[in-house]
Amino acid sequence: MKLIDIARVIRTKNSGPFIITIDIIFKDEQMYYKLKKRNYFSSDWWASLYNIPPEDVLSVFYFDPAFAVKANIKRYISSGDFGDSDVYGAQQHAPLLEVEIEDENG
Amino acid sequence: MIKIYSPTAILGYGFPLESHKEAYREKPDLIAVDAGSTDPGPYYLGKGISFVEAEAVKRDLSLLLTLAKDLDIPLIIGSAGGCGTKSSVDFTYSIVESLCKELNIHFKVSIIYTDVDKERVKKALKDGNIRSLDGSFELNESIIDRCTNITAQIGIEPFMEAIKEDAQVIIAGRSYDPAPFAVIPVMKGYDMGLSLHLGKILECGAIASEPGSGRDGLIGVLSSDYFDVFPLNPRRRCTVLSVSAHTLYEKSDPYHLAGPDGTISLEETKFSQINERMVRVTGTKFIPPKEKWIKIEGAEFIGFRSVCFAGIRDPIFISQIDNILSEMELITKENFPDWIDKFKIHFHLYGKNGVMGKWEKNKEACHEIGLLIEVLSENEKIAKTVIGFIRSTLLHYGYPGRISTAGNLAFPFSPSDVIWGEVFRFSIYHLIKENYLDISIIKKEV
Repeated sequence: MKLIDIARVIRTKNSGPFIITIDIIFKDEQMYYKLKKRNYFSSDWWASLYNIPPEDVLSVFYFDPAFAVKANIKRYISSGDFGDSDVYGAQQHAPLLEVEIEDENG
Repeated sequence: MIKIYSPTAILGYGFPLESHKEAYREKPDLIAVDAGSTDPGPYYLGKGISFVEAEAVKRDLSLLLTLAKDLDIPLIIGSAGGCGTKSSVDFTYSIVESLCKELNIHFKVSIIYTDVDKERVKKALKDGNIRSLDGSFELNESIIDRCTNITAQIGIEPFMEAIKEDAQVIIAGRSYDPAPFAVIPVMKGYDMGLSLHLGKILECGAIASEPGSGRDGLIGVLSSDYFDVFPLNPRRRCTVLSVSAHTLYEKSDPYHLAGPDGTISLEETKFSQINERMVRVTGTKFIPPKEKWIKIEGAEFIGFRSVCFAGIRDPIFISQIDNILSEMELITKENFPDWIDKFKIHFHLYGKNGVMGKWEKNKEACHEIGLLIEVLSENEKIAKTVIGFIRSTLLHYGYPGRISTAGNLAFPFSPSDVIWGEVFRFSIYHLIKENYLDISIIKKEV
């Protein structure tokens, strides 16, 4: 299944000038807990999605009250510095829109 | 119980009059509004100016000052003027002053300046009392010298002082977003964790509702062991999802929100739907800090930017674009050997990695590309000369297999090049030990 079909919010934004924070909020509580239990969204998963070294994935959180997953990624250019292309960091979510989630039940 | 009115996400973003009328009916005990953010980038802090126009701030303030007078309640503004420097606090104060004259209303105003003197930052650095925060660069004396403005993000304490001195309107420099909302509740004895958490939800106005909006208001009602939030606009509602999801917003750790006063812990927080439009929050705890470290922010001037924008449609050109542009960079450096270290070139290829750069997975180019050429230099003359050289050379560049020998670029404008202006970089985003700060409070009557 596609992530876009099971998530109601997929967004990115700055968390300060040096970090992009990525939120996925799931539609369904069960699906959220299922993926959380498998730690589906590991640092390595994010690293491969954004083609970055795993150490640039600064942290990953599962936030139960909102059925949400959050990852924090180090910006390679700080917000508004020369060569930056996204001052607010609000358009870095696109790779997630195409992601396939592998269901363990096939 | 204490009722707090948050009219909008940023002072000057506006709010519907209908919602504001609703706020009158709610009879809040306090109006608090956040005015700032680092979101629009380093330029505003670097220049010490507001990213919201004065007339827009005036529009919002005329309504809020009138409400504060009519209900005889305080109005607290945090991160005044956006970046919260002295210049932006003074910008906000001058609007308040002229409005009060126009409206013939009077207040005791306290102004809190949060600027940090460079020598104090250098001293703290020397003493080992500066810490890097959230991936910020390592600091040194010359970076500090190049920063045009440095501000400290204050917590509730300076606000407390201002309130003790009977301020009815507080205009504060760079502030922790929840602080203007939380200070009076905390002074009245309400729980610190709940007060700050409520402030965190209120500071973005109606963004924490559904449909969310940064230009509409929210009401928070704080009690001894919970708080409720609901929007003023009947077309919006607060839901468990909208409020809990807002806790994630723009924060790196959703369970521990660190600030100048300490940390809000959400490990035991519960969100529950009280009615169609209202959410109740319980269980948020406050963890006091062992030592007080305050965030400071500074932006350094890094040069002048010139830009040129052009469209490219020729598929033969597009198929070779990466090679052509790296060749272009070499030719430019070769042409200006005396300036070789004095300029930088960046090509934004909209239609091919323009938005995501090296994070982009889809490397395929579109059938047309928007090319934004950007040059940074220490002076305007070099920036202008180099962008002109790149524009004219690229326009007529003879790449292999070229068929369209009249020109490679479609310019939407004449002139096609422009000096965009000064460029800044966030260089200070660090923590400093509180005792190096010198926060000053000035009392005025308007």
